[in-house]
Amino acid sequence: MSEQPTILNIAGVNKRFGGLQALTDVGITIKQGQIYGLIGPNGAGKTTFFNVITGLYQPDTGTFELAGKPYSPSAPHEVAKAGIARTFQNIRLFGEMTALENVMVGRHVRSKQGVFGAIFRHKAAREEEASIRTRAQELLDFVGIGKFANRTSKFLSYGDQRRLEIARALATDPQLLALDEPAAGMNATEKLALRELLIKIKQQGKTVLLIEHDVKMMMALCDRLMVLEYGKPIAEGLPAEIQSNKAVIDAYLGGSH
Amino acid sequence: MAIFDTSHNPRKAYASMAVLLIGLLIFPFFAAQFGNSWVRIIDMALLYIMLALGLNIVVGFAGLLDLGYIAFFAVGAYVTGLLASPQFATLLESMIYEYPAVADALVAVLGPEIQQNGIHLSVWAIVPIAAILAGFFGALLGAPTLKLRGDYLAIVTLGFGEIIRIFMMNLNEPINFTNGPQGINMIDPIRVFGVNLAGEAGSRATVMLGDFAMPSVNAYYYLFLFLCVVIVFVTARLQHSRLGRAWVAIREDEIAAKAMGINTRNVKLLAFSMGASFGGVAGAMFAAFQGFVSPESFSLTESIAVLAMVVLGGIGHIPGVILGGALLASLPEVLRHVVEPLQQKLFGHVVIEAEVLRQLLYGLALVLMMLYRPAGLWPSPKHEDRPDHDSDTKDTSSDTVAA
Repeated sequence: MSEQPTILNIAGVNKRFGGLQALTDVGITIKQGQIYGLIGPNGAGKTTFFNVITGLYQPDTGTFELAGKPYSPSAPHEVAKAGIARTFQNIRLFGEMTALENVMVGRHVRSKQGVFGAIFRHKAAREEEASIRTRAQELLDFVGIGKFANRTSKFLSYGDQRRLEIARALATDPQLLALDEPAAGMNATEKLALRELLIKIKQQGKTVLLIEHDVKMMMALCDRLMVLEYGKPIAEGLPAEIQSNKAVIDAYLGGSH
Repeated sequence: MAIFDTSHNPRKAYASMAVLLIGLLIFPFFAAQFGNSWVRIIDMALLYIMLALGLNIVVGFAGLLDLGYIAFFAVGAYVTGLLASPQFATLLESMIYEYPAVADALVAVLGPEIQQNGIHLSVWAIVPIAAILAGFFGALLGAPTLKLRGDYLAIVTLGFGEIIRIFMMNLNEPINFTNGPQGINMIDPIRVFGVNLAGEAGSRATVMLGDFAMPSVNAYYYLFLFLCVVIVFVTARLQHSRLGRAWVAIREDEIAAKAMGINTRNVKLLAFSMGASFGGVAGAMFAAFQGFVSPESFSLTESIAVLAMVVLGGIGHIPGVILGGALLASLPEVLRHVVEPLQQKLFGHVVIEAEVLRQLLYGLALVLMMLYRPAGLWPSPKHEDRPDHDSDTKDTSSDTVAA
């Protein structure tokens, strides 16, 4: 794994909300094809870090590099264009749109037809629209909800909505897929299916950054892990190293025992 | 929209469209049997439908609640008033004392004739100018509101709508652009290929097409119908495009839309601009049709009326919006023509005036709608279950099977 090129290289991220230092000198290095896990107790700053990486929050300091090129996390749409796609802790689908349309929105950033193409539907516009549709259907099939393509997304079951969000993120052709607690609220069967899906995504050569609370699942799934506590990284390494790390055990079970 | 849905059953959809079109084409001759005033009502209804379709892009697709939409109608109407009437001569007259250099330059560029007669552009120039200028104003007024949502956006747009109206009211000094509260008079009727849609002088408002004669209101009906069809076509195409999806995505969840790479600022401005340009075209037609514009026509009540059409008909759904526009635009006129004579016959005098009754019915209709049809009279179809796709029994097992 170590000979793989670096996809994401972030260093020195600080973020302060008023009197609260939410992130202190957080950095991360993710290699191509890894599933990289981010764990930590509630309020440790995992989602804040996610939001900084994806341009939703502006960091106070930090350097950001994606696939060897610096990128500026100043606006979410720029980050998506640069190649990081994300899902949300609380599902954020376009509820009134069908599943297929949701994924088609994900193709927005990789297509370019404007008003003229929309109205006159010349050859290039029709071809682009057809390719968007085909790709969206492929992605729905890939995550396993292809048969619900024409269903309004808010009527999908919870697990399928999670899958749809992943499909929508994949539609932006990301270099890095960032998933914020994809297994939250899932039952055991759904979690198992999600795990298989993530392995399938990894097998396609995609790189995944994953926040999750289910430590057992993370240990089994991730190639590397980072642990945050009070906005500071307290450990980083292979799952086995993390498991035996004293600082991590203290963080999870309470220190000084 | 099932009966007009070309993607599922094209033959049936085109057949129903053809029937509808034939119906619409012969309609004014049928209505004219009962008097030209009825056709006039329909003409106005078509203008309101254009407005409602434009507002539907902003409110229905992009989900931006705009309470000042009538401002763009005003922009279109006043541009027509200025560029297709003797008003420009008045403008120059007021300018010649204040800014003689500018006035002289204008006369030098546009010819000395404008000092006597003003500017009289043809409809071919007026429609694009009105659309572009209104579109520009749409983006201009949209820009400061980009970060606002919901109630806040509504209040700010309401304010902008009023600002435009007050500008029109007061822009008669120091340079007389709008003639102030008196409004602009003697706006040219529309000429299409040399045919005056108001009828030539002395023809008693009859339009001659070769040997074929029809009332002026019928001629306007066809023009407005044509523009409506164009606007419906453009709106429908936009809705089912990359841009239309981006608009709906912003309406549904702006943060997710941003995270999917949509530049929400540009896409929102485009929605404001497209919606406004349709309003501008409708305004231009309104000015030419009436021959007169004044600030009174562009009050907040009008903005609310257009919004009510969109909401009552079915927000974001083109056929619904058309239905809402047709119903609410014709309702007051129909009441005026029916209710008062009816009361005269029944009671010998008018008990409730048509205007009062209109307000009552308006309120009642909106309350009933909120109770029984909250998504509008003809809302967008929901795809809860397609019988040809799946059933609920399969649905429950999907999570395990699919992986």
